[in-house]
Amino acid sequence: MNWLIAILQTALFVALAPFLAGFMKFCKCRLQNRRAPSLLQPYRDLLKLTRKQPVISEDASWLFCTTPYIVFTAMVLAASVVPFIAVDLPTSAEADVIVLVGFFAFARFFLALAGLDIGTAFGGMGSSREMTISSLAEPAMLMAVFTLTMTASTTNLSGAIEHVLNEGVVLRPSFVFALFALMLVAVAETGRIPVDNPTTHLELTMIHEAMILEYSGRHLALIEWASQLKFMLYGVLISNIFFPWGIAESFGLSALGYGLLVIAGKLILLCVVLAIAETAVAKMRLFRVQEYLGFAYLLGLLGMLSHIILESTR
Amino acid sequence: MNIESQDFYTQAILSMSALVGLTSFLMLGQGRLLRLIFVFAVQGLLLTLTTSMVAFSLDNPHLYISAVLTFALKVVFIPWMLQKQVLAMNMHRDVEALKNNTAVMLGGASLMVFSYYVLQPIIHTSSMIMLNALAVSLSVVLLGLLLMISHRQAVAHVVGFMSIENGLFFAAIVATNGMPMVVELGVAFDVLVAAVLFGIFFLHIRTSIDSLDVDMMNKLNEVDR
Amino acid sequence: MIAVYLLLLLSAAGILFFGLIGHKEDIGKLNTRINAVSLFITIWLAITVFNQGTILSSGKAFLIDSFNVYLIVLTAFVGFTTSLFSAPYMAHEKEIGKLSDSRLKLYYSMYQGFMLAMYLVLTTNNMGIMWVSMEGATLATVLLVSLYRTPESIEAAWKYFILCGVGIAQALFGTILLYYAASQIGDSENALLWTVLHEHATQLNPDILEIAFVFLLIGYGTKIGLVPLHNWLPDAHSEGPTPMSAVLSGLLLNDALYAVVRNKMLVDGATQSHIAGYLMMGFGLVSFLVAALFLHRQKDIKRLFSYSSIEHMGLMTFAFGIGGPLATFAALLHMTVHSLVKSAIFVTVGYASQLAGTQKISGIRGLIKTQPKVGWGLLIGTVAIAGFPPFGVFTSEFLVLLATMREYPWLTPLLLLGIGIAFAGLFRHIQPIVYGEKPEGQSPIKANFIPVIVHLGLALWLGLAIPGFLSDWFSQATLLISGSAL
Repeated sequence: MNWLIAILQTALFVALAPFLAGFMKFCKCRLQNRRAPSLLQPYRDLLKLTRKQPVISEDASWLFCTTPYIVFTAMVLAASVVPFIAVDLPTSAEADVIVLVGFFAFARFFLALAGLDIGTAFGGMGSSREMTISSLAEPAMLMAVFTLTMTASTTNLSGAIEHVLNEGVVLRPSFVFALFALMLVAVAETGRIPVDNPTTHLELTMIHEAMILEYSGRHLALIEWASQLKFMLYGVLISNIFFPWGIAESFGLSALGYGLLVIAGKLILLCVVLAIAETAVAKMRLFRVQEYLGFAYLLGLLGMLSHIILESTR
Repeated sequence: MNIESQDFYTQAILSMSALVGLTSFLMLGQGRLLRLIFVFAVQGLLLTLTTSMVAFSLDNPHLYISAVLTFALKVVFIPWMLQKQVLAMNMHRDVEALKNNTAVMLGGASLMVFSYYVLQPIIHTSSMIMLNALAVSLSVVLLGLLLMISHRQAVAHVVGFMSIENGLFFAAIVATNGMPMVVELGVAFDVLVAAVLFGIFFLHIRTSIDSLDVDMMNKLNEVDR
Repeated sequence: MIAVYLLLLLSAAGILFFGLIGHKEDIGKLNTRINAVSLFITIWLAITVFNQGTILSSGKAFLIDSFNVYLIVLTAFVGFTTSLFSAPYMAHEKEIGKLSDSRLKLYYSMYQGFMLAMYLVLTTNNMGIMWVSMEGATLATVLLVSLYRTPESIEAAWKYFILCGVGIAQALFGTILLYYAASQIGDSENALLWTVLHEHATQLNPDILEIAFVFLLIGYGTKIGLVPLHNWLPDAHSEGPTPMSAVLSGLLLNDALYAVVRNKMLVDGATQSHIAGYLMMGFGLVSFLVAALFLHRQKDIKRLFSYSSIEHMGLMTFAFGIGGPLATFAALLHMTVHSLVKSAIFVTVGYASQLAGTQKISGIRGLIKTQPKVGWGLLIGTVAIAGFPPFGVFTSEFLVLLATMREYPWLTPLLLLGIGIAFAGLFRHIQPIVYGEKPEGQSPIKANFIPVIVHLGLALWLGLAIPGFLSDWFSQATLLISGSAL
């Protein structure tokens, strides 16, 4: 029964990811006084791409063809680990937050390889940039995550969320820092403004897009979907770790339904905030990214410090 | 004494102190003057909130006066004055290239640890909230110093100077629920006069070296050459 | 007690009054008169304290005891004699077009503002107000340092402002810690009153007070000019108008030291250890030696003597740090004679630089030929400050050495070395200034020598024989500070 719910939840997660991306686009369009495409547009795009035959470069090896599947699988697995509607699922007992970070790293590793594989200039450039950013973002993310796990004294996501839930409303300075740090990292990792711009194909600025420039057809669809999943994963992580209230703690129908509503509300709020931020901020130069991520790391560090200094037992 | 076992008021004060610390860090890494001033105003606002919170929980009317004074001085007057100066000097587009920004940031983090270390002996004399508030305010003071060292613009120096003052004020409010009224009024008066004097100084510096870059003030040396 | 209120009101009125009409002819004389009245009030106050003992005002806001009353008289005295000097000096500056009317207004107004701040620092019973007025003294003088609006003077004033402001902020942190420690033993409304603190000193938490004292020493130490926080001092002294240098050196530094000593008394009571004393000794000794070395490398005459001020403040801090009746007595005496001699020197230096039209040591030559009074004044002043008998500085330095020999004999060679270096540093510069070839076209100026003669005369008197009432006075203060009689 529990496994069934876990699988259903994962399926829902995967299915809703493009919708969230569509909603994000919608918010941005409205803020910029443009007419927004339909909320279902990402689904249509994915559908269109899957129908098309992929064009594969003559120089591509098997790595290039398998990467989309690997990346997508990794993201789906990651989605199954993160408590979405209900907490305390069997899947999340299997893997903890470090495995989650591992999934992200795994997917990124293969994407970068694939970018290099075909031997075009853009692919190599994109891969190198992506790796630069992630090498800086990952420590920051781990720092923020460690702050959380130190508080909950577990690295298990479900356990941590339950810990936060059980304590009721506690204002934790360390969480404030960790939240900011994680948000900054999320922006960098999902390739959004101000680090990367997902809608541009300008060669000087693109990072993620450069890596996947050679993909087409169903391969591209999978990769797009995977990145939408990643975006949603970060959103769910942030909202459920720091504001877990409303998440279903039992598996009754009403609790699950309520949980779904609440998480939808949280994600919508987060999207609106992000859209406003993206509209207000200009993309920064690539060389400024390290400062930005350095700042995220600093925040993570401060979170850790204030956990030890301000909150711990003595 | 875990944070969960504290009352909501304590938690709120602790969060405020964390945020005040954060604003100090934000200022430290800020190369744009207008944003620097904005963050400074935010810090002032946080102080005002903290003060009103303490005033509310203790039901202490004189702290409300301090809160109003803080708001008027540090959220409205000083930022307004600095902003006017920056706009008048047409410096709002300049981005100051900060040397060794990362090193400065890490230095800031270690200063925070250091200030905790310095105040460690007080630990057994006080409740947790006092100690942490003192540690954070000391680190705000030290970060203000670091800000003054790492920036070259006179405006940034003034912001650093005033944020040191903010740190002291925070210590006074949280650790001792404010100083006696006379002292607080006196300090506020000093800050006001200092702010006005800084305004006059900007004018003088500008007319004398045609810039507000304090690195260009290098005529006087320890040993005459 | 009325005397205190009168004193403060007079200075406060002076600020407003000069702010309005400070540019009129002969306004310097009015300034002198105000300061003369202040001096009389303080003497009256001193006599009252001498007869009645410690006075505490009704609201406990002001406290006059044997320690601060003598500093109050000294402040009023130096303020008065410097105003005697400043009247013709400023008139001369206006004549040669260096100053406009509005700057003169500012000057006289802030002169009184500075005096007000100094009186407040000394008379207040509240450690918080002491801080506020100490900061007020900075604020009052900062615009005077940049009075000439040259790039150098603006730089000096900026340095002065920033360094002293930041430094003194540390003292506020120390004061907050003090308040925190005091509010733990109850009665938080009066917890910053010195009388209350002193009474309960043994109950205060020693750990907190130790930390507080470090901050207080750094904070007020910036104002004293302790190395390595002394950077502002030579700049501010050299770039401001000379009367300002005289009062800064003669008064501000003393009062900052006064604040430190007051705090030390509390800390000693709480910790029952000598930790505060060791800190002061360390800072003092370093300042003394470093400043003595720097004397050799100066090219500006006012900077030269401001380094000498740092040196002497270091010595006093050291002496107060040793503690004990003998060293404390010596430090109090040294405070007095240093103020007298140093302001006399700055007055003569002011005339000398007006005469030569420059402050560069290499430009001032042959004073004794041009205007013997200036030459002799400078020479005698330097002899006095370098610690030659029979001047008072010799007596006090000798007592400090004696105390050191008794308590920490291994530090005596260092002190002797410092005195020697400082002596050499001063005389290698002063000798050619006084005896060198007279440059072409250098002519005497109109000068008022009463302050110089009076100050040096007093220093001589203190060196030959300390009058009975004064030594009683010092003994009382010593008893108060060190806890035991001489």
